[in-house]
Amino acid sequence: MSPSPLPSQPAPVFRARGLTKVYRMGEVEVHALRGVDLDLFPGEFVVLLGPSGSGKSTLLNILGGLDAPTGGEVWYVDHCLTGADDRALTQFRREHVGFVFQFYNLIPSLTARENVAIVTDLAERPMRPEEALDRVGLGDRLDHFPAQMSGGEQQRVAIARAIAKRPAVLLCDEPTGALDSSTGIRVLETLEQVNAELGTTTVVITHNAGIGAMAHRVLYLADGRIVREVRPPRRTPARELNW
Amino acid sequence: MSMLTRKGLRDLWHVRTQALAIACVIAGGVATLVMSRSTLESLSNTRALFYQEEALADLWAPLKRAPDTLLPRLASVPGVQAAETRLLANATLNVAGFEEPARGDIVSLPLDGGQPLLNRVHLVSGRLPDPDADAEILLGEAFAQAHRLQLGDSLRLILQGHATTMRIVGIGTSPEYVYQSPPGAAFPDFQRFAVLWMNRHAMEKALDMDGAFNNVVFRLRTGAIAEAVASEVDGLLARYGGVGAYGRHEQTSARYLEEELRQLRTMATLFPVIFLGVAAFLVHVVLMRLLSTQREQVGVLKAFGYGNRTLAVHYLGIATWIAAGGALLGIALGTALGSWLAHVYQGIYRFPFLTYRLSLGATALGLAVSFAAACGGALLALRAAAALPPAEAMRAAAPSRFGATILERLGFQRWLSPSARIAIRDLERRPGRASITLAGLAMACAVMTVGRFQGDAIDRMVNVQLSIAQTHDIEVNFVDLAPRGAVFELAALPGVREAEPVRSAPVRLVHGLRSYRTTLEGLPPNARLRRPVDAKLRRVEPQSNDLLLTDYLGTMLDLKAGDLLDIQALDGHRHRREMRVSGFVHEYIGARGYMDLDSLNRQLGDGDVISGVLLGVAPGAEPDVYLRLSRRPRVMGIASRLASVRSFYATMGESMLIFSLVAALLGAVINFGVVYNAARISLSERGRELASLRVLGMTRAEVGGLLLGQLGLLVFLSLPCGLVAGWALCWLMARGFQSELFRVPAVLSTATYAFAAITVLAASGLSALLVYRRISRLDLVAVLKTRE
Repeated sequence: MSPSPLPSQPAPVFRARGLTKVYRMGEVEVHALRGVDLDLFPGEFVVLLGPSGSGKSTLLNILGGLDAPTGGEVWYVDHCLTGADDRALTQFRREHVGFVFQFYNLIPSLTARENVAIVTDLAERPMRPEEALDRVGLGDRLDHFPAQMSGGEQQRVAIARAIAKRPAVLLCDEPTGALDSSTGIRVLETLEQVNAELGTTTVVITHNAGIGAMAHRVLYLADGRIVREVRPPRRTPARELNW
Repeated sequence: MSMLTRKGLRDLWHVRTQALAIACVIAGGVATLVMSRSTLESLSNTRALFYQEEALADLWAPLKRAPDTLLPRLASVPGVQAAETRLLANATLNVAGFEEPARGDIVSLPLDGGQPLLNRVHLVSGRLPDPDADAEILLGEAFAQAHRLQLGDSLRLILQGHATTMRIVGIGTSPEYVYQSPPGAAFPDFQRFAVLWMNRHAMEKALDMDGAFNNVVFRLRTGAIAEAVASEVDGLLARYGGVGAYGRHEQTSARYLEEELRQLRTMATLFPVIFLGVAAFLVHVVLMRLLSTQREQVGVLKAFGYGNRTLAVHYLGIATWIAAGGALLGIALGTALGSWLAHVYQGIYRFPFLTYRLSLGATALGLAVSFAAACGGALLALRAAAALPPAEAMRAAAPSRFGATILERLGFQRWLSPSARIAIRDLERRPGRASITLAGLAMACAVMTVGRFQGDAIDRMVNVQLSIAQTHDIEVNFVDLAPRGAVFELAALPGVREAEPVRSAPVRLVHGLRSYRTTLEGLPPNARLRRPVDAKLRRVEPQSNDLLLTDYLGTMLDLKAGDLLDIQALDGHRHRREMRVSGFVHEYIGARGYMDLDSLNRQLGDGDVISGVLLGVAPGAEPDVYLRLSRRPRVMGIASRLASVRSFYATMGESMLIFSLVAALLGAVINFGVVYNAARISLSERGRELASLRVLGMTRAEVGGLLLGQLGLLVFLSLPCGLVAGWALCWLMARGFQSELFRVPAVLSTATYAFAAITVLAASGLSALLVYRRISRLDLVAVLKTRE
């Protein structure tokens, strides 16, 4: 894949301003986010890098409607997520967000096809589960149960499940964290391909700085702040990554 | 406190609601055990004490009339330790303010004014009648209470047609009348049946029995055979109109009480087994789950050097706490319920006192079984954990394997949503657990049906016996056999619409070595007021010279239609006849024979006679008819059919209602225990899966549906199983309860099925709601990071 320029769309999908998040852990206050401003644009592939405790996951959770910020505002297109109730956030996740988890979180009693179908059943105009699985290269494993698949395959089922409802944004929290490097690269290739073909805004959290090379933009977090933003001059295709 | 103990207590606190649910089920089991055993033992002890203190006789011999001089000969029959003669009579009683007549059994007291030797009266208040005062009586406590009669009150007594006013000088009870039912009735009726004690002298005068007796009671020597003594006594009394001596097992009160204790014993076994079985299962699954979440901890502890035995003791400790809590709660509850139940029984069985004691045996058994159930469940769960090497235990368990279910392999997958597939596959992967959950739910449902079984069965008995087979309003019995013309006399009374003759003849039926003392009822052809029916409620007519028998009696005597039966008449000319059994009659109460009246009279050779008349009375005319009947000297007893049914419901109604409520409560406890635990376990096993689905956009309701849908399916499946199991339990109980006194039909009403089903659904719904609330507390964020 050749390096592509940042798609030039003016209106951001996500707009966050002055986000703060304070957790109370017993008697200690933990400042997970200390004022984050962020815009995510349509079709963008963003990698969030940072050490443990830097606030990556907190930011992702707030963007995904799983958690509410203590201060500041988040907008998804023209919806303000700040202050929305559980019902509204559920609806938001249902319609617009695809999640990929570190440990796949597939339902063991459903086959690959059914794991995708359980999400497409909820969506307005989803792709067929077979098509989603075909896109992640698992068209021949439709009727396999999670226990019959490798970790990489399970993660690709999870990606198929996330993209099948054609979400506007795909949020991936350490998608390769539980995988060895060659399997991990296969998973990243899938994400890269989905981003390119469907134009889904993709955010990937990782510890692994090497992955940043495949992004349009890399954001470095430390101590709850975005400390650095890098736009790689040339995007490296996932299959050429190394770690 | 060791660290391990501290950990145990905290783990217990962590699963406290589940532990409480299990403890409640254990408590239910222990409570039923303690309640029924304590009641059983208390009643048995009270009975033994009362029989002994008031010297219940061993043998009774009723007869027509014999001179007192026969006593020495009766007393010298081998095996007899003591004999005592007395007079018994039936009377009609009028209580001021009570329109209907009541029947009374009058028993004579010795001439010397003291207590009788046998069947002594336990004085509750007052004194024995003065031997010289003819107008004094001692009244049975049940009747006195039913009419609020007190010492000094008076009572009008019609004996042999002569009315006298008697003054109550004492109130008491007797071991002979612990269970008091009017002659021919199966249930007690304290308002319409009384026991009274009178001076022998006064009775001799009233009955014209000077120096004579019509009843003799015996105490037997230890080791004496009652049947042998009875046959010797029968020989002596034959020419005095003896109708056959009988022992305690044929004495109405003693027999009913024995039967009741037998039923109580059945219940004391059946219910605790169900409860404790379910409790053992619940402890097992909860600990299994606790262990699987603690798999890594077990590995770490083993790696530190804790042995399997120490760990086993640690987890058994958790089970023991639950068992102890449940057992103690159960013992407290059982003690309270038992003392209440014993008092309910005391209202039906008239003991003057009740020595209620907590059954130590049952308490020990309850504790032992609870611990065994809890520890048994825990040990099964522990076996798997102990087998793992520490390193393996510390790793997460491998993902569970699933496959397509039978339904899907059969091609039904098109109709199954992914949620339905999750539910069905999970059930199929753990068929054992699913079927035990199903069994637990079915048992809960069954227990509830059993609570209402008694009421349903009695409704059916009353319906068949009293609305189809016996439709008369009033039954009139004569002092002696009367000419048939008496029917017309009574038919002519104002208000009487129909009158039908009946002859009830005491007989002994003998077939081979089996024999039974009962009555033969002679009915006119096409009788309308008493219509024997078969099992399908079709009318059966006695054929001339042939005999119809209660079906249960047929089985007892090993008879089939067409067999010949030896009939020994116990009164009149005491003929012996061989008769053919032409068919069987289906009856729930009593066991007797039916014949055509004319044939019966021909066979027994006493002329064209009857012993009573059945009357159909115009609405509202009953009190007037009673009044006219009670003035007739030859009328011995008058019974109102509907009044006795009403009275029966008044006596039993309350206790039946409470029984069904208690059973419903116990059933609901089991149901709650099973559903809540199943849902909680499923929530903790599938929490991550469900939280993932929440993250992926499923609403709380959708995820709740996924979690509870499977349970809903089980609850739904359990309903038919529970209703069938309930019916089976009732059938088992009905089998256990049947005797020649009555057969309880194994019937359950639609209302009972509906009640059980609705209570199951409500209890399930409630526990589901409790679990559903926890779904909102699922930690969505943690799911993203953790591996189970």
